[in-house]
Amino acid sequence: MATKSLKARQDELAVTNKQLEILNGGIFAAGELPFFKDKIANIGKFPLQPKKLEILQINVGYMCNQVCEHCHVDAGPDRKEIMTRETMSQCLDIIRNTGANTLDLTGGAPEMNPDFRWFVEEAAKAGIQDFIVRSNLTIIRANKKYYDLPEFFKKHNVHVISSMPHYTRGKTDKQRGDGVFDKSIKALQELNAVGYGLPDSNLRLDLVYNPSGAYLPGDQMALEKDFKKALVEDFGIQFHNLFAITNLPIARFLDYLIASENYEDYMYALVDAYNPAAVENVMCTNTISISWDGWLYDCDFNQMLDLKVASKIKHIKDYNEELLNDRNIIISQHCYGCTAGAGSSCQGVVAP
Amino acid sequence: MANPYYDAADLRKFGKITEWSEELGTKFFDYYGKVFEEGALSAREKSLIALAVAHVVKCPYCIDAYTKDGLEKGITKEEMMEAVHAGAAIESGATLVHGVQMMNKYNKLSM
Repeated sequence: MATKSLKARQDELAVTNKQLEILNGGIFAAGELPFFKDKIANIGKFPLQPKKLEILQINVGYMCNQVCEHCHVDAGPDRKEIMTRETMSQCLDIIRNTGANTLDLTGGAPEMNPDFRWFVEEAAKAGIQDFIVRSNLTIIRANKKYYDLPEFFKKHNVHVISSMPHYTRGKTDKQRGDGVFDKSIKALQELNAVGYGLPDSNLRLDLVYNPSGAYLPGDQMALEKDFKKALVEDFGIQFHNLFAITNLPIARFLDYLIASENYEDYMYALVDAYNPAAVENVMCTNTISISWDGWLYDCDFNQMLDLKVASKIKHIKDYNEELLNDRNIIISQHCYGCTAGAGSSCQGVVAP
Repeated sequence: MANPYYDAADLRKFGKITEWSEELGTKFFDYYGKVFEEGALSAREKSLIALAVAHVVKCPYCIDAYTKDGLEKGITKEEMMEAVHAGAAIESGATLVHGVQMMNKYNKLSM
């Protein structure tokens, strides 16, 4: 289990150019597998362009209390990239005026940003229909100062989406670190205790499942059924929906694929599972991703590859939703991760 | 010697059997796909049966395929190993039950 980010380890994959070189080279350059661009050109989808903006996803910093092996953000305790209150204020201007109906805060562990609570309080006032915070659960148990997070989320009617790789201890701890399972269970019980995730509750609690290895997620509905049964029977835990998310071959997951000699097989699996119907609703067509320092991206993955939007508007200081929405989305071979099988997005499958 | 009868990469080419007999190949894959859909048995249960049978028929392609399929379906390694034992127990039982035939023959031939 890694305890440091690739960046802190000065791994060559911490350099995004190196990742893009791998994604554009090898089996793709050799013609063994088709480039994503050519694949979507076949169905008249190249260049890929946005539809109506629905989701503003804001990454408030890469600092995290965990160092998950698959993390595409390469997040960890040693990451110091944290959104400042000044940048948050610029984001608030956008939140107050956006046409988007969903605000999605992510990280790192967003709660570790010292201005997180202030930001949530201010953002909640904008009255966006669906206000999501992506919480890793263990943060709620990491330190006394986080113990009241369930109440805080409830007060601001935040929609909590949390990662839970499996309903067994072994598989969870292998992916996310020792003790993560027990802490996650405790955190889920506390969220249930304030009303989150209960069948008729308006306090939404959804879980994210992503595979702990070089394979694709199975059927989202079947997994949800298994998770629900096991969590309620073993721990009395309830939640609303499970989102099955495919691991994209970037950052630490790419590092793992290469080190374990699974990279080529994984790319074959993604390309074999390519589903043209998923291209229609791929999340970059309705999402804008904003980084801790205010740059704009087509998605969180492109953010990690430092592929800024192909638009005159590249930073929140110049934000103009209409101009921004008139752009071509930047793609590479990692995009196959979002079009495999039933498709994958931060909200789970896109072509069920 | 790097010239194995079984090449893991051949599994990806399985679909190509249709090229030399489209009708039969297509019928087979349609049938195969249908078998593993959710039915009276869940897809999860059928995946474990397939894994057990894969071991009994000693098909390396099937073992690779259904180990991965099990992972995709969230099946644990303990469940997978128990399925393999279920297959192995039937296979060894099938051998051992022939011991009765041996005993019958022995008794018939012996004075």
